[in-house]
Amino acid sequence: MNLAAQHHGFLSPTGVEIAFLLVGLVTLGAAVVTVTTKQLVHAALWLVVALGGLAVEYLLLSAEFIAWVQVLIYVGSVVVLLLFGLMLTRAPIGRSPDADSGNRWVALGVALAAAAALVWVVVDAFRTQWIDLDGPAQGSTDVTGAILFRHWVLPFEALSVLLLAALVGAIVLSRKSDRESGRTEQESGKSDRESGKTDRKSGDRTRANHGTQAPQQARKEGTR
Amino acid sequence: MHLAYPAVLAVLLFCVGLYGVLARRNAILVLMSVELMLNAVNLNLVAFDVWLRDRLHSGQALTLFTIAIAAAEIGIGLAIVLAVYRNRGTSAVDDLRDTAERPDGGDGDDGTEGAALDEPAPDEPAPNQASPKPQSSPTSQKAEATA
Repeated sequence: MNLAAQHHGFLSPTGVEIAFLLVGLVTLGAAVVTVTTKQLVHAALWLVVALGGLAVEYLLLSAEFIAWVQVLIYVGSVVVLLLFGLMLTRAPIGRSPDADSGNRWVALGVALAAAAALVWVVVDAFRTQWIDLDGPAQGSTDVTGAILFRHWVLPFEALSVLLLAALVGAIVLSRKSDRESGRTEQESGKSDRESGKTDRKSGDRTRANHGTQAPQQARKEGTR
Repeated sequence: MHLAYPAVLAVLLFCVGLYGVLARRNAILVLMSVELMLNAVNLNLVAFDVWLRDRLHSGQALTLFTIAIAAAEIGIGLAIVLAVYRNRGTSAVDDLRDTAERPDGGDGDDGTEGAALDEPAPDEPAPNQASPKPQSSPTSQKAEATA
């Protein structure tokens, strides 16, 4: 560390550290609300706050390009995809009492134990290390672009192939049952093998639905 | 800036995501928690890249790759969740226990016992299970529109 780093200390935080701490508290609180709220759509909206806070943290760490990519990809598209997913699976709008599963307390214990162990290890390991944020920004768009297309261009191209594969995979996964259901409606009874397959599948479906819905239907009628 | 600030924040975010993955019941909420964990890893990568003053900026390049892979993962994951919802009528991960092995040797396919175990609060039935069969054709058309 250079000479300026000698003056650092826990009791005299710099302005960047205070800003990082405050934004970090907001981010952490939004993340906690995301995983604990009973309202599914609110969870997605709190996720926006958490991811936006992380973008601000990237900016404070002088990683400019990563911050804007974070805003574009996560806040712009991933959360919108999640909201569409919630909409397409007919998630309830209000409070849903079954948002958490029964092993919540086990999960809380595991998470607290992991947090305690990791915080202890990390703080103990990096107690005397400081990030030097002075000088030219290390993550400006200029630097990142040059590095990405000079040294990392081959993984970048491989990543485009992976994205293409994911795109094709998502389309295939979404279209498959569409074709099968269309076949069920159009060609029911035409071909023995096909109809046998669809019958087995629909039987499966009714059995699966029967198990989960029969008690609830009975209970709903009981409450009425 | 002290290195412990971003490292501790990343650790806490990761553990919040860990809790969400283990405790949530809806598959889409599990995916949100996975996103939180991936973002914690990204914060670690950026912080250590800035700390080490890496000449190749491998931390930031890896962060960009992780973001792209997370986007691919969320697309595939949502397609799988939608397919499961279309076939089974539910997106609760602990109702999907067809491959579970019971101690008495039976398979976990009998839905009545699992549903009795995982019954939500009795006063309000889950609305996504109250509508029995999802209409596959408008749902898939919307899925195509989002893809």
